Amino acid sequence: MNVIEFTFLVWTGALVAGFLGSLTGLGGGVVLVPLLTIFFHVDLRYAIGASLVSVIATSSGSAAAYVKEGFSNIRIGMFLEIATTIGALFGAYLTAKVPAKAIAIIFGIVLMYSAYVSRRTRPRTDVEEPPDPLATKLKMNGEFPDTSGVRAYNVYHVPAGFGVMWVAGALSGLLGIGSGALKVVAMDQAMKIPFKVSTTTSNFMIGVTAAASAGVYLSRGYIDPSLAMPVMIGVLIGSLMGTRVLVKTQTKRLRLVFSIVIVLLGVEMMFKGLTGGF
Amino acid sequence: MTVKPLDDDRVEGLIAHLLRAGVLIAALVVIGGAIPYLAFHPRAHVTYRTFQGEPDNLKSAHGIIGTALSGDARGIIQLGLLLLIATPIARVMFSAVAFAIEGDRMYVGFTLLVLAVLLYSLFGSFLIT
Repeated sequence: MNVIEFTFLVWTGALVAGFLGSLTGLGGGVVLVPLLTIFFHVDLRYAIGASLVSVIATSSGSAAAYVKEGFSNIRIGMFLEIATTIGALFGAYLTAKVPAKAIAIIFGIVLMYSAYVSRRTRPRTDVEEPPDPLATKLKMNGEFPDTSGVRAYNVYHVPAGFGVMWVAGALSGLLGIGSGALKVVAMDQAMKIPFKVSTTTSNFMIGVTAAASAGVYLSRGYIDPSLAMPVMIGVLIGSLMGTRVLVKTQTKRLRLVFSIVIVLLGVEMMFKGLTGGF
Repeated sequence: MTVKPLDDDRVEGLIAHLLRAGVLIAALVVIGGAIPYLAFHPRAHVTYRTFQGEPDNLKSAHGIIGTALSGDARGIIQLGLLLLIATPIARVMFSAVAFAIEGDRMYVGFTLLVLAVLLYSLFGSFLIT
């Protein structure tokens, strides 16, 4: 393929990934690496580098839309970013040490897990426990606008959430993804933070987490400008289009279809990893 | 905490604008490099099948700025990507200042810790590879 063809096809693929990712809330980053490695035969390290760059772009680009609603909690975000950035640095170092086929297998597992998390119905987690002393000391308890005015919430199990966040950061650094699904699990499930606060705060954290591994990727030569350019621009435009359409469409069926696509890509990544395709 | 001239909501609003502006500038610089890149080598053959790593002048902040200033198309794209990576770092710096104005020392500390990790990644990570 020549430069024009390759750039245009990668740009189109990234646009669709970004659009579906933001429309379904599953994130576009998670399908980019399989897209680039399986369909465009891009080396895994270049693919991870380009994907990570696009993760920063979408996280930062969509932050404005989320913040306006007043759901995200910057104290929770900043405190947990200590865990995610250190994890991300560790993950980025691992990419050079772990063989590509092992990364592909881990990637496959993470793809299937994020599809599973998005399908699961969440039990309502309205806890009426006394406030957690550690969360209170860290000034994490907050409030957010609800249909019935302002709703206050308390935060629990800070160390457990911090631990899961470290893992989320490490996976982000190892695989070049935002690992939004795992970040939401840490906040929503472990720390009992309301779902809306969890998802918006997670989106806010993704960019900072990704920046922690991007520096390492850059100095290792994983970020190729000619490849990252169409990926970044495509995902950015696609995800901005997705947030515009989001309010108007019924996304239930689309979510199901995209989840199936993610599972299939996960199976393919694992298969290629196991059979030495990387 | 009755009077909060710089409350969390306002800080978040400012941060959101900062992030959006950062991404917009980065995207424009990337496109600014993409145009000469596509115009000058449209028919060149590309493959990313094997990993070779980037040349040294596209791997460090210092090298990228120099390459971009010399007018190299790929250097300009890489500068845009560097600006994109710098956007969340600027956001963390901004948060540190905002927490300091609010008088929240504990969170100034947390924020500076995050900032140290980010700056280490961008400027110091070549020390250990």
